Amino acid sequence: MGLLEVRDCTIRFGGLTAVKSLSMSLEKGALYGLIGPNGAGKTTVFNLLTGVYHPNEGSIELDGKSLNKLKPSRIARLGMSRTFQNIRLFQSMTVLENVKLARHGARKQNVWDATLHNRKQRDEEAQIERDAMELLEIFNLEGRADEIAINLPYGSQRRLEIARALATDPRILLLDEPAAGMNPQESLDLMHLIRRVRDRFDLTVLLVEHNMRVVMGVCERIQVIDYGETIALGSPREIQDNPKVIEAYLGGA
Amino acid sequence: MKRWLLWLGVLLVLAGLEASLRGLIGPYAYQITVLVGVNIILAVSLNLINGFTGQFSIGHAGFYAVGAYTSAALVKFGGPAIRGLVGFLPAIGQDAVLLLAGLAAAAIVAGIAGLAVGIPSLRLRGDYLAIVTLGFGEIIRVVILNVDSIGGARGFSGIEQLSNFFWVYFFVLVTIVVIHNIVHSSYGRAFVSIRDDEIAAEAMGVDTTRFKVLSFVISSMFAGIAGGLFGHFTMYLHPNSFTFVASFNVIIMIVIGGLGSIEGAVVGATVFTVALELLRKLGPFRLVSFAVLLVLIMIYRPQGLLGSWTLFKGRRKAAPKAMVV
Amino acid sequence: METFLQQLVNGISQGSAYALIALGYTMVYGVLRLINFAHSDVYMFGAFMGYYIANSTLGLALGPSIPGAILVMVGSMALCACLGILIERFAYRPGRSPSPFTLSFWFGILGAGFGQLLGGTLVSVALGALAGAVLGFVLEKVGLKPKPQSSHLKLLIIAIGVSFFLENGGQQVFGADPKFFPQIIPNRSIDVGGVSLDTQKLTVLGVALLLMILLNVVVHYTKTGKAMRAVSFNLDTAKLMGINTDRIIAFTFALGSALAGAGGILVTLMYPRIDPLMGIMPGLKAFVAAVLGGIGNITGAMIGGLIIGLAEVMAVGYGQSTYRDAIAFVILVLILLLKPTGIMGKGMVEKV
Repeated sequence: MGLLEVRDCTIRFGGLTAVKSLSMSLEKGALYGLIGPNGAGKTTVFNLLTGVYHPNEGSIELDGKSLNKLKPSRIARLGMSRTFQNIRLFQSMTVLENVKLARHGARKQNVWDATLHNRKQRDEEAQIERDAMELLEIFNLEGRADEIAINLPYGSQRRLEIARALATDPRILLLDEPAAGMNPQESLDLMHLIRRVRDRFDLTVLLVEHNMRVVMGVCERIQVIDYGETIALGSPREIQDNPKVIEAYLGGA
Repeated sequence: MKRWLLWLGVLLVLAGLEASLRGLIGPYAYQITVLVGVNIILAVSLNLINGFTGQFSIGHAGFYAVGAYTSAALVKFGGPAIRGLVGFLPAIGQDAVLLLAGLAAAAIVAGIAGLAVGIPSLRLRGDYLAIVTLGFGEIIRVVILNVDSIGGARGFSGIEQLSNFFWVYFFVLVTIVVIHNIVHSSYGRAFVSIRDDEIAAEAMGVDTTRFKVLSFVISSMFAGIAGGLFGHFTMYLHPNSFTFVASFNVIIMIVIGGLGSIEGAVVGATVFTVALELLRKLGPFRLVSFAVLLVLIMIYRPQGLLGSWTLFKGRRKAAPKAMVV
Repeated sequence: METFLQQLVNGISQGSAYALIALGYTMVYGVLRLINFAHSDVYMFGAFMGYYIANSTLGLALGPSIPGAILVMVGSMALCACLGILIERFAYRPGRSPSPFTLSFWFGILGAGFGQLLGGTLVSVALGALAGAVLGFVLEKVGLKPKPQSSHLKLLIIAIGVSFFLENGGQQVFGADPKFFPQIIPNRSIDVGGVSLDTQKLTVLGVALLLMILLNVVVHYTKTGKAMRAVSFNLDTAKLMGINTDRIIAFTFALGSALAGAGGILVTLMYPRIDPLMGIMPGLKAFVAAVLGGIGNITGAMIGGLIIGLAEVMAVGYGQSTYRDAIAFVILVLILLLKPTGIMGKGMVEKV
């Protein structure tokens, strides 16, 4: 059984079925791609997995634990972390604070410690700061730690989102179109970065991406959905040759 | 160890001021000074929920009232018993114990009221907190009006005078230090993350409902303490002191000073309280002008009138540099 | 049984007045996603305008008669609509995007206030207003520019400020002491099977019903109404579709405020005591009605208003009257806990 098991998940908004009996299985350590044409329901799948929406039918399990009714924050603390398609950094915080915030789930201080700023709290804050700086270094952002996050250039903001997601100590990292708006060189760097991060943090990665070069170059297994339904599943090679996929992308002549 | 020395020094200074201030500046200015202190506690605490957590409460006066009446009632009805328990202390010590007991009760009851108001309204995104707190503020007044043992519509008189400059400013410092510490901790970051982007905060593992409620309860508790200090200073409470106007005044204090700035809240509370006294001649037009001021500040300078002190000061210095990029 | 029927009648008339006010909240929330705190004060303003019209030469000449009542009603609704448009134009719109003459307007008001304090004559008020407006105009020209970005919290605080402004402005202009609304319709009472139906209650019911039907016609069958629905569905898309959203928003305010004005008159038919703070409680209750029905939903607001009115009257009739005002509040807390989307509301999905 995989680390993440999605079985027959369906979600409807009013009359619209956004995702229809979707199944998905992510082995530990996988680099899994989820692709599909615009409006295929990819982001909805992310929102289902992270608890922003709850499925009408079906089940989602992380390591055997059902996520169906849990709040996003609970799911995040269970080890599912994500980035957002339309970047959602904390706008009044600096780069460093954005990452420090994501250490929230791991905190040991309670309200009293925070109120008194006692030794325990100060040690923990120092540790959080070190952890956060370490992550920023991996993403080449340490030099801009004290800048307001939303003043960073676009590509850096995307990397910061990944760094922030990693700060929650995830087991599964969900990347929602991380290459959006990047130039070819940046996308290439991103591909290397994703692999490196997977290996270094022992992660399972689920990637939603429009940029085919990135998906094909990074993912080991790809699932294609269209109108909320799975139409193909396989290795990048198999997907590229699949007539159904070509049809979906070309608009089904 | 050093911290204790610092606090001891502060207590000595406050005690010295308490002994001399009334003579130095006269009873009227002394009274205003104390009132400024009470308002600072209100403003700094309201700023936690409105400024840092980005949820909008407009019923701070409700919790202030709860605190004021709770403390006054406890001291009035339980005072002799408490004095009996600590009879071995000198009178000044008994007074202190009594006041602290009253304030503790005020904080707890106001905190519970905050929990009761916060849980239904803060689960939801949006402005429900504003309307629920407005409703709560009005209802609590109706309730007080109908309870005869605390004076009802006649007002609660005969409250023991226990608080003074010393105690009010001691709690001003406690409030500032506590709120400052909380804001500069994992908790504060969680509050600000909720203000900035609730969805992202959830995705990063922040239980937003829990933290909103926590912020609101802490804020309410300090409002309760402010109420207790107020009641034991003026020795008389009336429901009309806790109308929507009182809540509105605290809002304008934190808006003048800049939402999400502790220093701003302190300055805002001071400026507003003093201005309100100085402009007494203007009558109801004072409040009309303050209302217009609030609207104009929000349109033209939402960061506050008094400059832009901001959260996470040390770290924020880098911000202007980033603008060049 | 008879008491029950009597209570039912009282509840429905009270409820239909709440429903009229609730409509304004719900419509503005629909287009701007904003709780228009000032709405309850527009209701107060409506009652005062009605009071002044009824006591004007023409109003007194007509006396308690049908034309007299229509004059008071329509006049007050029109003035309320103007107030609604002013509030939108000079408080909420500048909060969304920079708009000229904002400073002139507010400084003019402050100037008028100072004029009244210093001189107390009409001339001094006018001079003050003029001086203020000019000063505001100059400041605007010199470069005092509003912050361009709109935020939700900002609009909410502006709304609270406007509400407070109207309450205190009302105290200064109308006086803080309560006034008594004159009788504007001939008072007769019919007894139907033990239930007394007086002309006042019947008028309240009839007028409220008529206005709600009219509103439905406007919203569903006119071009502006369609545009309103489009804006409330999605403001940005409506703008892209070529709808003048600012105009539609202003129209929504006018419509909602006119209904609040009507509500103000109708309530004073039943409870003639009016004062500048009279709006707070009914406003709160009407808002609860809007939430109960599903905020943003017009039919919901009507149903919600009726339920709140009935619940209140029944509770007072059969139990505690001192805590009358608390009932709506308890209902609010219950809805928020049990079904925050309200009776008619659809679950709104936030875009992630």
